[in-house]
Amino acid sequence: MNPDYPGEVILAVDTSLGTAVSLVDADGTLRSQASAVDPLGHAEVIGDLLARALVDAGEGPVDHVVSGMGPGPFTGLRIGIAAARAFALGRGIPVVPVPSHHAAALTAIEHDRIDGAFAIVTDARRREVAITVFAGMDADGIPAVVAETVLVPRVDADAHLDGIRRIDVDTLSAADLARVGARALAAGRTLADSEPLYLRQPDVTMPGAPKKVGL
Amino acid sequence: MTEPLVLGIETSCDETGIGIVRGRTLLSNTIASSMDEHSRYGGVVPEVAARAHLEALQPSIDAALAQAGVRLQDLDAVAVTSGPGLAGALMVGVGAAKGLAVALDKPLYAVNHLVGHIAADILTPDSAPLEYPTIALLVSGGHTSLLHVRDLTTDVEMLGETMDDAAGEAFDKVARLLSLPYPGGPEIDRAAASGAPNAIRFPRGLSRASDLAKHRYDFSFSGLKTAVARWVERCEADGVEVPVADVAASFREAVVDVLVTKALAACADRGVPRLLLGGGVIANRRLREVALSRAEAAGVTVRIPPLSLCTDNGAMIAALAAELIASGRRPSTLAFGADSTLPVTEIQVDERALVG
Ligand SMILES: [Zn+2]
Repeated sequence: MNPDYPGEVILAVDTSLGTAVSLVDADGTLRSQASAVDPLGHAEVIGDLLARALVDAGEGPVDHVVSGMGPGPFTGLRIGIAAARAFALGRGIPVVPVPSHHAAALTAIEHDRIDGAFAIVTDARRREVAITVFAGMDADGIPAVVAETVLVPRVDADAHLDGIRRIDVDTLSAADLARVGARALAAGRTLADSEPLYLRQPDVTMPGAPKKVGL
Repeated sequence: MTEPLVLGIETSCDETGIGIVRGRTLLSNTIASSMDEHSRYGGVVPEVAARAHLEALQPSIDAALAQAGVRLQDLDAVAVTSGPGLAGALMVGVGAAKGLAVALDKPLYAVNHLVGHIAADILTPDSAPLEYPTIALLVSGGHTSLLHVRDLTTDVEMLGETMDDAAGEAFDKVARLLSLPYPGGPEIDRAAASGAPNAIRFPRGLSRASDLAKHRYDFSFSGLKTAVARWVERCEADGVEVPVADVAASFREAVVDVLVTKALAACADRGVPRLLLGGGVIANRRLREVALSRAEAAGVTVRIPPLSLCTDNGAMIAALAAELIASGRRPSTLAFGADSTLPVTEIQVDERALVG
């Protein structure tokens, strides 16, 4: 364990795909995790998953909240970010924003032993996918991004990747999200903006001239 | 129990409202509005509203706590709007409320937005307590509802609501027809100041005898909007300048007339000599004037909370929860969601089962 590491326990919350909550120690040891795979229903399950993960983790304070910032369907994604921020506010602890694809990348590297370049691919609705390309880990133990997250039409994804190993994910490990956050904290790095990774402008049509109703 | 200290979160439309009350005493009513961001689109854009809620929540909670002079740890409960409203907007508040309640290990009350509008009235210390039963007319950009309130925490009946546009939406759409900016309410009011309310006889929606049989207390504003559009087009076709002031005043009169007529009809039918007004459209001076004068003639007492409590706000949500707590209601479970069409009979959502 890094002696400079400022905190002890990290809570991670992510609703970019299903709903995932986990607590890990600063060295990455799993304390608890609770998740629901349903890509909808985040608002309904987030409270109970949080409560359960806290109980399962046992006594003791939480020092940081890692919030998965997407990409993901906006409505669901926001629920986890709102819950993470409000939890942090309630406990008076900081929020550490982490791109959600980093969790999937860490799982691929450390759990599935994927070598070399690979792409994390998630559904982005509207017949598009979100793609982030990684290659191994950097010196801080954080998955190394070689191509930032982009939205690509689902049918063009393979052509876009041009042979890069493709890993499609539909669930995420909040524990791995927490671990990425722990390593970012230990290294004093910021991996994401405080703004969610929307990647799309709000869907609005500018009003034109009023429609004719006819006389 | 001493008066409960409750923080309320309201995100059903375009206002991020955080309110803090101690029982019936208002400590803070903090509102962040995304209205400016919607103005270029001529109406509330749900995705824009939801994004704005997420960004506004934490600073609004901080500001409310500072104003109330309390700490989160001091709270007895957290309250949140579960519905009705825009689903994606509501979910931001629900997520935040759950995160906050779990972090603080405090009870959480999920409540009905419309009943919250009625609860706003109990935060007015200078007036006598709200008497029951009362008829309530709630008019905003998101809803137009007529309610029979027999008891704030247990017995609210929906008498009628809009079948199409909310009254506030009608103001926005007609403002656009008249090339006036968003939001339409104040603009129509300004334009109407020099116009004659009886210059043009615009239709009163669902007010014919044949409509009244089925929709005595329901509202419809889309026909009115179309009538205004026709009028404007005819002026243009005839090459005459649109008499904006007269159109605005006559349109506003049609809206106000139908709102007040139906509200007072409900008072008469139900034998309830009390009318409570709520919702942002109550800011419309003409609506208040007509309601007050016609109610007086009908022997009906009108109550209008301060405007800051009429528009969507978190204080009314906290106030409703404080009343629920005072009446012995248990908190909600953590399993509720956002319900964009939550019926008004569900004053509290997902009350915990009695254990033991
Ligand atoms: Zn409202």
